Amino acid sequence: MSTPMPVRVVEHQAQVFRRFWRTTVVAYILSPLLFLVAMGKGLGGIIDQKSGPVGGVGYFEFVAPGLMLGAAMQGAVGESLWPVMAGQKWVRNFHAMVATPLRPVDVYMGVVSWATARVTIGASAFLAVAALLGAIPSAWAVLAIPAAALCGAAFASVVTAFTATQETDLKFPVIMRLGVMPLFLFSGTFFPVSQLPHVLRPVAAVSPLWHGVELARAATTGRFRLGPDLVHLAFLGALVAAGWLWGRRTFTRRLTQ
Amino acid sequence: MVKRFGSFVAVDGIDFEVQPGEAFGFLGPNGAGKTSTMRMIGCVSPVTAGELRVLGMDPATHGPQIRARLGVVPQEDSLDLELTVRDNVAIYGRYFDLPRPLIKKRADELLAFVQLTDKRNDRVDDLSGGMKRRLTIARALISEPELMLLDEPTTGLDPQARHLVWERLYQLKRAGVTLVLTTHYMDEAEQLCDRLVIMDGGHIVAEGSPRDLIDRYSTREVIELRFADDEHRKAAAPTMAGVGRRREELADRVLVYTDAGEADADRLSALGVNPATVLIRRSSLEDVFLTLTGRTLDEE
Repeated sequence: MSTPMPVRVVEHQAQVFRRFWRTTVVAYILSPLLFLVAMGKGLGGIIDQKSGPVGGVGYFEFVAPGLMLGAAMQGAVGESLWPVMAGQKWVRNFHAMVATPLRPVDVYMGVVSWATARVTIGASAFLAVAALLGAIPSAWAVLAIPAAALCGAAFASVVTAFTATQETDLKFPVIMRLGVMPLFLFSGTFFPVSQLPHVLRPVAAVSPLWHGVELARAATTGRFRLGPDLVHLAFLGALVAAGWLWGRRTFTRRLTQ
Repeated sequence: MVKRFGSFVAVDGIDFEVQPGEAFGFLGPNGAGKTSTMRMIGCVSPVTAGELRVLGMDPATHGPQIRARLGVVPQEDSLDLELTVRDNVAIYGRYFDLPRPLIKKRADELLAFVQLTDKRNDRVDDLSGGMKRRLTIARALISEPELMLLDEPTTGLDPQARHLVWERLYQLKRAGVTLVLTTHYMDEAEQLCDRLVIMDGGHIVAEGSPRDLIDRYSTREVIELRFADDEHRKAAAPTMAGVGRRREELADRVLVYTDAGEADADRLSALGVNPATVLIRRSSLEDVFLTLTGRTLDEE
């Protein structure tokens, strides 16, 4: 039986990753530790004294899934910008791939799959650290890992498709500062979106991160709500599909002219 | 077949056939449409109009099946700079879904073939241009292709590195691999190609073996005359008119096409033509190109 074509691309990405996996793994553990201690313990301690429970749980429990999914988003977007530009323009290894039986759509799917795999590893490490620090009250929390993976896949599939339309990396810092950063701050990560002014609430509703955070928080706190959770799943799933439709076109245009 | 990018016509209706086991070349200056043609044969660029069959199949419907039997050496390096020399070859083998033990065996053989065994654990970033070229050739061979596509295989290499690449390509040719290559070096075309087409401005302007083309479009020998200055050159022009079969005035020299180089050079000197240097040489594909297009191959 032959190996599916996108898997062969994932093998390539994993091969490159093997050269610097140690530093990445350290970052996967250290980064959640720092964030959780600062936001959860430090800030959370004050919040719990002043305001009582947030969204029905202590602030530490509230913010942990938010930080976890925020990290997933940043990882997915980062992996879909510069490395994709390198593959198509700087190093041109995507061009080497499509000279073989692989097709542009296989390269696209491989790249998105690998970004999703990395997000999954990062989210698992995050969850483990958060659990050790006592931020995870429910055993359902393991479901926060697929939630993070789905949210990461949604970002990766759309941003990877976008990157194939770009000739340079000039817009990338803008995307990080004006796209990713506001989403990170206002998607129900640090405070419930009910705190937002009325005019801004619809914006949160279309934030993929908000849908991811809601799902992850339902898992880590064990408080599922079937209707809304299905909507979150459907929203993120639709983004993955839309990204795929777009990416199939942009990769074909970029790699086969 | 035709390739258009918007309103720009890169390949303007070319017609050619390559036989199995043949070394076939596209010779032409930059912008002649060689790379566009190669990309269409390599099934990474759809044909705008016309018909193309590679290994008997249609690239539009059987791209992956065709590419599985091709070995491609692109003009621009596309090696993985972060991986080692050996891993570059190995991961490429995985794109063809070759089993790992087979890849391991072939990768070692191929690195020996292109004389990179000593470098197998080095990062590609640290290799010279010639080594990268050889590595790209080794990589393309991992799937034991029936047809090799080489786009400007030795451009940018020093003479020694070029000869090493040529030697490896001869060996492949002897082993029965079909070679299709582009070049703007006439010596490369003469050395490697059984048959070639000369391209200019998206058209094929001539086709044949290197010997054929020279016999057909040029004389046996060429006298190259360089003059001290334009004044000398202008003064000599009327005198030279009757000598040789044809004359070509280039920016830096005058070429006299003749069947008897020595005799005509002596005649010129007897007539009082007094250039700074005189060189008598055999005709080359460069002369064929000049005859056909009025330009030299390295003019843009």
